[in-house]
Amino acid sequence: MSMDLVAQFADSALETVDSCTRTDVAGFEEALSERLVEPAIGAPLTLESVTLEDTAVDTDPSVEDFRTAQTGVARAEVGLANYGTISIESRAGGDELVSLYPPRHVVVLDAADIVPDLAAAFDRFESAIRDARESGGPGASRVLATGPSATADMGELVEGVHGPKEVHVLVVEQ
Amino acid sequence: MSRSEKAAEIRRIMGVDGENIGKNARNLSDNASDAIAAFDSYEELRAETRRIKEEAIASLPERIEEVTEAVEENGGHVYVAQDAEDANRYIEGVMDEQDAEHLVKSKSMTTEELELNHHLEGAGYEVTETDLGEFVIQVADETPSHLIAPAMHRSPPDIAELFNEYFDLDEPLSEDPHELTEFARERVGERIREADVGLTGANFVVTETGTISIVTNEGNARKTAVTPPTHVAVTGIEKLIPTVSDLRPFLELIARTGTGQEIGAYLTLLTPPVETPSLDFDTGEYGQPDDREFHLVLIDNGRMAMREDDQLRETLYCIRCGACSNACANFQSVGGHAFGGETYSGGIGTGWEAGVHGLDSAADMNDLCTGCSQCVNKCPVKIDIPWINTVVRDRLNRSNESESFDFLVDGLTPDAEPEGLDVQKRLFGNIETFAKLGSIAPGLSNAAIESSAVQRLLDRFVGIDSRRSLPTLADETLVEWAAGRRRANPDSDREAVLYPDLYTNYFSPERGKAAVRVLEALGVAVRVPAVPESGRAPLSQGMIDTADEKASAVYAALAEHLDADRDIVVVEPSDLAMFRTEYERLLPERSYSRLSDGSYELFEYVYGLLENGAKIDTLPTAVDEEITYHSHCQQRTLGLDAYTTEVLDRAGYDVSTTDIECCGMAGSFGYKSEYYELSMDVGSRLDEQLPDSGPVVASGTSCGEQIAALTADGAPHPIRLLDPRQSR
Ligand code: SF4
Repeated sequence: MSMDLVAQFADSALETVDSCTRTDVAGFEEALSERLVEPAIGAPLTLESVTLEDTAVDTDPSVEDFRTAQTGVARAEVGLANYGTISIESRAGGDELVSLYPPRHVVVLDAADIVPDLAAAFDRFESAIRDARESGGPGASRVLATGPSATADMGELVEGVHGPKEVHVLVVEQ
Repeated sequence: MSRSEKAAEIRRIMGVDGENIGKNARNLSDNASDAIAAFDSYEELRAETRRIKEEAIASLPERIEEVTEAVEENGGHVYVAQDAEDANRYIEGVMDEQDAEHLVKSKSMTTEELELNHHLEGAGYEVTETDLGEFVIQVADETPSHLIAPAMHRSPPDIAELFNEYFDLDEPLSEDPHELTEFARERVGERIREADVGLTGANFVVTETGTISIVTNEGNARKTAVTPPTHVAVTGIEKLIPTVSDLRPFLELIARTGTGQEIGAYLTLLTPPVETPSLDFDTGEYGQPDDREFHLVLIDNGRMAMREDDQLRETLYCIRCGACSNACANFQSVGGHAFGGETYSGGIGTGWEAGVHGLDSAADMNDLCTGCSQCVNKCPVKIDIPWINTVVRDRLNRSNESESFDFLVDGLTPDAEPEGLDVQKRLFGNIETFAKLGSIAPGLSNAAIESSAVQRLLDRFVGIDSRRSLPTLADETLVEWAAGRRRANPDSDREAVLYPDLYTNYFSPERGKAAVRVLEALGVAVRVPAVPESGRAPLSQGMIDTADEKASAVYAALAEHLDADRDIVVVEPSDLAMFRTEYERLLPERSYSRLSDGSYELFEYVYGLLENGAKIDTLPTAVDEEITYHSHCQQRTLGLDAYTTEVLDRAGYDVSTTDIECCGMAGSFGYKSEYYELSMDVGSRLDEQLPDSGPVVASGTSCGEQIAALTADGAPHPIRLLDPRQSR
């Protein structure tokens, strides 16, 4: 993946998220720990390069933990360089819930998963949905998130409604 | 409702809702304009979305079959409900089957259309709205005032007062939006955690895969869809689109036109039942993946009939972004509570109401569309929203009971409309006939109209507001003036016909004379033949058949000139807009193209002459003289306003332009007694942009009259500045 795309993603993401950190495999755990407010829960990252195993993130949370956790860590399957949007898949590991309930969301994005725009992302979604429906496996559902949750219903823009108030992105480069 | 009752109702709503609606709608509309301007692919994607919708609606029965198959294959259920009752009964059945007591909902206008909450509550279920705007509306027991921002009419102090009272809080909330949001989020969050069933709408449904897409900013739809084990998605059958990749152009546009965001904060693409485990906060247990239930409820409720209706069909392409309401000058003053039917409001709302609730439900709001066309370029699926409003108006005209004073005008008005047509509409629609009659003895007619007794009568019986001064007939029409004069440049290769529109011809021939002299100074041979009114006047009253006859007559009168390669030059922008836009629906295609391609807005034409070698210094020029220019709404929609600015600039003027598009007068609208105050309220926003002193020019007749009413100084047509005779 070209360096340009990563830089472009970081630039766009910073328009809406609170931080976007470029790191590598060796620096991942430290970068992650800087972004955590505990208690932190997470969904298994399913990446070969990095895991949450030896971190302060609980990847096997109880239902009650969704009410009390301060941070949720989940992997983004895709990042959009032009909008700084990330896509979270719906999986049995609870990615959707982890990225939704806690007030702070930390996104882990493999630099290789950054694509230029929505059109490129949709190419991936199309085949993922087709494969998932054929195999019965995951990949049929997702949410594209751009920045924190927000509302203007109370008279002016307020960030942090039903979804997270803060979003931090860690881009892992190999 | 009588005219004066209607005026009072509009006044009341303007007073209560106007300020917040105005601020919020204008803000969204301005943001959308910026977002559209900054987006290179706008037109290309609009063409895409339009094509996808046209095809999807054309193949709707197949789409419904396809999505049923796909959702069932995924493990969900599909129910196509014929009407509201049918849908409500089905959803109640799902509640019953699940032994559910409590349902949480994300925002869905379609369920408002069904009055689902009312139904479920009547059956003993608890319903909680999770979108904060909807939550406010639910607490206040009100109806939404806007498609996407239901509580747009309420301010933070309003909401604080409402919550403090309703929840009887020991520690009252302040007016701080953050505090209010936090409070509502907590309340609603608790209800989501306790809910048995989650109900969402769907912005789009992909028929090939059974994928539904929901666009939100708050995240409530995400929580509603995945927290409880049962998810019900309710949406109109018009939301079906064929493939996953078809979603993309819509997702690129919906937030841009609606709120001015590049993209919504959350674009949810679910192919339920989803893998995400459900959460039971009561027992502390995760739900089993196999226990997830999904129901897709597709609503017909009149939509299949709309699909068969050649005029209303376009309404089904609407993706409900709200842009047409935000852009609407009248909506900005009154909001959806005055500009709404049973469910839908503003802009395209009339089409929806006529389709799902019947014509009567569209009646009150329909007149509020002035046809200014500001919404047209904002619509992400290119719906001709003013036309939908015209069609609904025409049908309403035909369904009205006969009114008592028809005999006054029936004999006078040679229109093609039904007897029962409202007398006010009939008068404005036939204004050409009255102008013709009056101009036989203009002095006498003007004296009569200016007499206060006549004005009172007009107000009382026809609904022409006596606070307006009516335009006066000129002693000599433009056509008469031109006939009595020797034409300049008889041997010129460039020949033009100046179209003597109704207002220029009978009421303001001065601007027509100026136009003729300017064109002659630039080397053109100009003719001013008698040509009928364009049909704009009857069309604006919903008199489509009469407008259709006018269009034919105009074409007949101009055909020979077109054949002789004479350019048709139009002073009044609303008439040029007829030629270029509405005539496409009123004339055979070839006639439409010939006239539309062969006609020009006056300054567009002057600009063309200058570009082709004519010299600006054959006209009187200025040295940095400051001038304020107010373009005309339909002129802006056609992208023609820049020509006037450019030509005036070349003539040495220092031009500043207004960016409020609608003056509020909008042809006859501002004269109508029930709308006079609304018209002045819209006008007051333009007034803020006009200079305290210094000249103002305006392209539209009614804009000029409104500016005269607002500022006491009139606003002549800009061509008067260039008139070699300088008789302005
Ligand atoms: S008609 Fe067009 S602009 Fe209006 S709400 Fe529908 S999609 Fe949006």
